[in-house]
Parts: sequence; structure tokens; C-alpha cells
Amino acid sequence: MQIYLPIAEVSVNAFLLLGLGGLVGVLSGMFGVGGGFLMTPLLFFIGIPPAVAVATEANQIVASSFSGVLAHLKRKTVDLKMGTVLLIGGLVGAAAGVQVFAILTALGQVDLLVRLCYVVFLGLIGGLMFIESLRAIRRARAAGDAPVPRRKHRGWIHALPFKMRFRTSGLYISVIPPLLVGLLVGVLAAIMGVGGGFIMVPAMIYLLGMPTKVVVGTSLFQIIFVTGFATLLHATTNYTVDMVLAVLLLVGGVIGAQIGTRIGVKMKAEQLRILLAIMVLAVCGRLALDLLLEPAELYSLGSGGSH
Amino acid sequence: MKQLFLILILALILPAPALAEQVVAGLSRDEIAITTNFDGSEILIFGAVRREAPIPRSGPLEVIITVEGPDRPVTVRRKDRRFGIWINTDAAEVDEAPTFYAVSTTAPLRDVLSDTNDLRHRISIRRAIRAVGSGVSDQPSFTRALIRIREENGLYQLNEGAVNLRDDTLFDTSVRLPANLVEGSYRTRIFLTRNRQIIAAYDTVIAVRKVGLERLIYNLAHERPLIYGILSLVIAIAAGWLASAVFRYIRA
Repeated sequence: MQIYLPIAEVSVNAFLLLGLGGLVGVLSGMFGVGGGFLMTPLLFFIGIPPAVAVATEANQIVASSFSGVLAHLKRKTVDLKMGTVLLIGGLVGAAAGVQVFAILTALGQVDLLVRLCYVVFLGLIGGLMFIESLRAIRRARAAGDAPVPRRKHRGWIHALPFKMRFRTSGLYISVIPPLLVGLLVGVLAAIMGVGGGFIMVPAMIYLLGMPTKVVVGTSLFQIIFVTGFATLLHATTNYTVDMVLAVLLLVGGVIGAQIGTRIGVKMKAEQLRILLAIMVLAVCGRLALDLLLEPAELYSLGSGGSH
Repeated sequence: MKQLFLILILALILPAPALAEQVVAGLSRDEIAITTNFDGSEILIFGAVRREAPIPRSGPLEVIITVEGPDRPVTVRRKDRRFGIWINTDAAEVDEAPTFYAVSTTAPLRDVLSDTNDLRHRISIRRAIRAVGSGVSDQPSFTRALIRIREENGLYQLNEGAVNLRDDTLFDTSVRLPANLVEGSYRTRIFLTRNRQIIAAYDTVIAVRKVGLERLIYNLAHERPLIYGILSLVIAIAAGWLASAVFRYIRA
């Protein structure tokens, strides 16, 4: 069944969209990741304009993270104070990101920016995950004498000014590092259409030293507000949020996530992570090839009127 | 208004003796609605040649039919390899290019239409595009790229021989409109030619517009973007919540 997307202005098969949403949903349920970083490139591949894909994906992330945040708030595993500090950074970052996006759209370079960001981040994260999970598997085989992972030295963070007490996390640290982490995640949300959990969660654990049990809830709390804000900004500056596309992807995604969660519990963590790493690297490779190989059509069309 | 326009055109472009043959035409539809399940459309254009005198013997009668979407400026960008990757480096503006353009004829276009007539009435695809120098040295290659890309997407079509002409009187053709149509008035022109000279012309308009939900969403997004943004968040959250509720209900 073909469906005409009113904002993207293309006609796509509705079941393809539901299926894509479902597939990414299964993966995000299995691996416990947001899935935005897989969905947005997949939308490029099926011919959705990158600007629409990014803005719509931001919209979808708000919706798919919503129930998660409610659950964490109920369990009181959200550090609201830390979340708010991260959020302030995130809002500033998202506003800057959307402006950069609008300027580059006018220059015709937004495609390049989005693709480059994806290649760099997917390559980095996929590579790290791959190496890390290979090590974990080897360690499990060697058995027994696994060295206890030591916390990173955080001396320089304690030397920074503007210290604040975060009771839920049991921390007394400067607000500068969380503001910067939030800022980076906000920029990524606006430019790449991702929640940014894959950057924020490791940063919270290793950089800020937050206890693991509040990390996921707090990052989700920040993500829904930042991606929500990015959605509104995209809708008002670039007119690129496609409501119909978002709802279709979401319905598929929610159902897929439920199935994925059930598959996930039956598999070993290291196997899961290595699978995810391979998938991330495959998407990264495909995007990189598009940039590196000579395209079949050197010319492209954009809406005119820049003069 | 339309009639006045038609009379004006006839008065202006037709040489006096040519009035011996006139076009009477119809369309299978004069309005196309882009709905949620819109997947392109096909319009049938048909008509007849009205004569008050016997068929002239000076060369065969040919028919040219054009369908033209609203004009829009276009930026054509060209990629080049920089630092090992392919990025957009040059751009050229095309001042006015129809968003859709189809030419259907009874025989190869160059056999049925002279260059002068083509230039005057902007009939061939090449002539329908207006690109006044925009400072790029090889503007023609950008214009050719525009035509090539739009031809691949079915937005520009040259259907030579697609018009059926019976007994030098009745003609018909069908034009395929793709799914990614731009809203607006689609001008449809019919030309009769003999010896590569235009002897009669006819002009009408097909309205293409989004209707129903499509129209509502598109207008809201462009006229009230903030409300649209908030609404899409609320709808997405509600849809997500509903889908998981339904799933829980099915499993329970």
C-alpha cells in the first residue's frame, strides 16, 4: 500500500515503513539502544530527504522514550537536578545545531554534514564496541583472572569551579562537564536525529562518575526534552517534521521493541554487543562508500531561490 | 476568463487561413487530488479537428500535446572530489523550470515542429526551461543535468509517437503523472501542425492539489509551524503509548 507523505512529498510503501520501524524496534529492544542512529541512515537509503529524516526521527525518539522516562520516574531512578543541568546544555546545543542545519541547507551541504557525522560517529562507536566485546569474550574464555576495571582518574574535573551537589547521584562536582556533555548531545540530536544516549551514557559513567542505576533514567529524561525541543525548532525553521512518517515508524518501532526485548534476554551480553557492533560498522561502511566512490550522478537538484 | 484567453491566443498566434482547422478537445479529468494513498495518476487527453473545408493536401496533419506543471526556480549542484570525498562544489541557478513537463507527439518532434515555432511557443523540454546566465561558465551542462535527472524521475517526458491520430480528425493520448507532483495549475496545450508549422492551438488547465488530510497537514506545517510541531509531538507520544497498550492487551 503506497502512502503519500505530506511533508517529505514522496510516495512510499506504508508496510516498508512499518517494517523498518519494527526492525529497528527489535534491534533497540534487543540491545537497549534508542535506534535513532540506525533509523536515520535507513531512511536516507529508502529515499526520504535527509532533512526530513533527521527532523522526523527526533520526533519519533521523543515518543519512543516517553514511556521509559515514566517508568524511571516511578522507580525514582532519575537524577532530576543532574538531568536539568544536562538539559540546559542540551537546549543550547540543539538550538545551535538547528541553526547550523538551516545554514547548510541553504548552502547545499547539509547532506554532506549529516553523512559525515554519521560515518565518524558510527565508525568510532562501532569500532570501540567491537574491540571491547572481543576483549570481553576473550576474558570470559581465559576465566578467573579478569582484572577489575579501574575507575578513570577524574582529578581535573574536581579542579573545575562552579561546584554543585547532586544528591540522587551522590556527587559534588562542577557543573561545567555536565553542561558540555549536554551541549554535545544537543548538537547531535539536531544534526543527526539521534537521542545521543550512546554518547551520554558512557560520559555519565566514566567522566562524571554517576552511579549506573540512575544513568539510563537521567539520560532518557534529558533526551525527551532535547529531542522534543529539536523537533519544534526543525518544525518552525526548516518545516521538515513529517507527522505521518513519524507515526508509522513509531507504531512499527513500539511493537518491534517488545519483541526485541524478549529475544535480548535469551542471548549473551557479549554476543549481543558484537552483533550490534557489526551492524553499526556495516551502516557506517555503506555511508562511507557513498562519500568515497564516484557517484553515478554528479549533479543534484535543490529548491532554488537563494538569490 | 479562460475563454477570453483562448480567443486572445487564437487571435494572436494563428495566421488567418489556418482557421480552416480548429482543435476541439477534452480531458478525462480537470482536477487531480493528491490524497493519502496518491501514487501518481494518468490523464487521458482527447479531441478532434473541426473543419469548415475539405482536408488540405499540403503535408500530413500532426498533433503535439504538452502538459506543464508550475514553474519553480531550481538550484543544480555538481559534486567534485575534495579531500578524497565527493562533495557539492559548484552550483547553478535555473531561473524557471517547470516542475513537470510532458510532450507527446504523433511523430518525432523535429519532424513535426520547426525550430522557430519551438522557440516561440517553448514546446520542447529544452525550450521550456529558462536559464539566464548565472555566472557559471558551463551553464548548459547544469541545464542538461536538470533535464536528465527529471527525465529519470518521470517528471520530464518526451513521448514521441504517443498521440494516436485517426482519419486526420480524432486524436488521443494519455500522460502518466508521477507521485511526487507539485501542487498548482497544470497547463495543457494542444498544437496542430502541418509542414512543421503550427496551424491551430488549444489551451486548458488541470488543477493539481492536495486534499483532505494531506492538505490539512501541509498547510498547518507551513502556516502554523509551532502548533504543528507541538501537535506532532503529542500525536507521536499518544500513538506510541497506544501501540504499547494494544500490545500489552494482546499478550495479556
